[in-house]
Amino acid sequence: MQAATSHSIAYQGEFSDPVRGAQSVFRAVMDATARPGSIHQLADLCTPPAPLTASAAAIIATLADAETPVWLDSALARSEAVRDWIVFHTGAPVTVHQDEASFALVAAPQSLAALNGFSLGTQEYPDRSTTLILQVSDLTKGAALVLEGPGVNGTASIAPSPMPLHFAAQWRDNRAGFPRGVDLILAGPGCVAALPRTTRLAQREA
Amino acid sequence: MTALADMTDTGKLATYNFAYLDEQTKRMIRRAILKGIAIPGYQVPFASREMPMPYGWGTGGVQVTAAIIGPDDVLKVIDQGADDTTNAVSIRAFFAKTAGVETTTATAEASIIQTRHRIPEMPLTEGQVLVYQVPIPEPLRFLEPRETETRKMHALEEYGLMHVKLYEDIARNGHIATTYAYPVKVEGRYVMDPSPTPKFDNPKMHRSEALQLFGAGREKRIYAIPPHTEVVSLDFEDHPFEVQHFDQPCALCGGEQVYLDEVVLDDRGGRMFVCSDTDHCENRCAAGHRGELAGDDLFDGKDKGVETEAST
Repeated sequence: MQAATSHSIAYQGEFSDPVRGAQSVFRAVMDATARPGSIHQLADLCTPPAPLTASAAAIIATLADAETPVWLDSALARSEAVRDWIVFHTGAPVTVHQDEASFALVAAPQSLAALNGFSLGTQEYPDRSTTLILQVSDLTKGAALVLEGPGVNGTASIAPSPMPLHFAAQWRDNRAGFPRGVDLILAGPGCVAALPRTTRLAQREA
Repeated sequence: MTALADMTDTGKLATYNFAYLDEQTKRMIRRAILKGIAIPGYQVPFASREMPMPYGWGTGGVQVTAAIIGPDDVLKVIDQGADDTTNAVSIRAFFAKTAGVETTTATAEASIIQTRHRIPEMPLTEGQVLVYQVPIPEPLRFLEPRETETRKMHALEEYGLMHVKLYEDIARNGHIATTYAYPVKVEGRYVMDPSPTPKFDNPKMHRSEALQLFGAGREKRIYAIPPHTEVVSLDFEDHPFEVQHFDQPCALCGGEQVYLDEVVLDDRGGRMFVCSDTDHCENRCAAGHRGELAGDDLFDGKDKGVETEAST
């Protein structure tokens, strides 16, 4: 039966050990956020239905719960299995409103037209913002981004791919609203990096 | 779950989750920590839980440590620089019991250092996390008691009142008399309370290699300073920020350029000054350094070939 298959996919694929899995993935995300540009291996992964990737699923399983609405980009929202998997394993409500989302899962970053549709927080509560989890296929082979800011000793470099169109301009606008703004978690295959809102792009290397 | 199974096997607290807190609480704290790192110096509200210890004993620091600690971590806890005081011993024992982690008193061996009001003398390194226990996270609280107002002041970057307070110090005392919880500005934006650490430690926060996390349990706030971040103590051009200076070296290890505690020896005014950082002091003593009150009987057989105090 079609329905039964889709449900059994939704019920499976969480951390083999949820307590340790969430801890190790969180530490990787924390270290990545504290040191923008650094790439951290994820020791524990989930096995979600496609097109949700193993590392993005591990990150959302670590961070999301019933208190954090999750927004899915159209590539993910099309898959009922992905929605069921997230709802079953995290309890997080799936929202269609970008500005309500605590987390946004993006399977096709290249189609992400704007960052400022998401919640940017308020001047009093800049923490009430959306954290975007971008599924990227690579963190070292894309166009290089040179990073500066807190957590970076001098400059750091990272080359994620794919990234949103006109990312440098979008990110400059995001940075200009500080302390308001979104934070990015880049979920590569088995690894993670992050661009918190404080990070500046020094220049784009050819 | 192996964490629970391990505990059951060894007869330890089978009813508790790894590191005491439940997973939903950890997720909530972890989200607050990530926001704190992304907005350095900004106080993130969090749903602080009751802990099996009273407020004022480090419930904020303990919750932050519980949310980040893993089975491979090595934990050090210090209370006013010392590894061997009640608060430090209790919190170390708490995590040894609930998380089964290794504990240490050696700064260099620790991956997580939870601290009450000191930063170790030894420079921290990449990969270490310093967790501060914070009593009152709001640097403007004694100047403006209303949270609605202080929040607006942070939002508008309106910190004139803090400079007035430091100016009044100068007007009354001729110098900035604030010696602990000395306000800092983080990455040119948020004014932050570094917790009641002596101002001696403020320069260590600036561009530190380690990640610094702050937890205030009663006040329900978490904030953070990522590594390599500008942390500037507030001051005036004609009254620049200065740290405390001590007239004498540590009486046990002879250390200079360290923060010293005063110890009263008798009721006739006798006193000695010793390192507040006990691990630093013990390392120096082990390396053969001697202060004027370091009895050689303390180091029997360990002082071969080492210059000692000439006794009369």
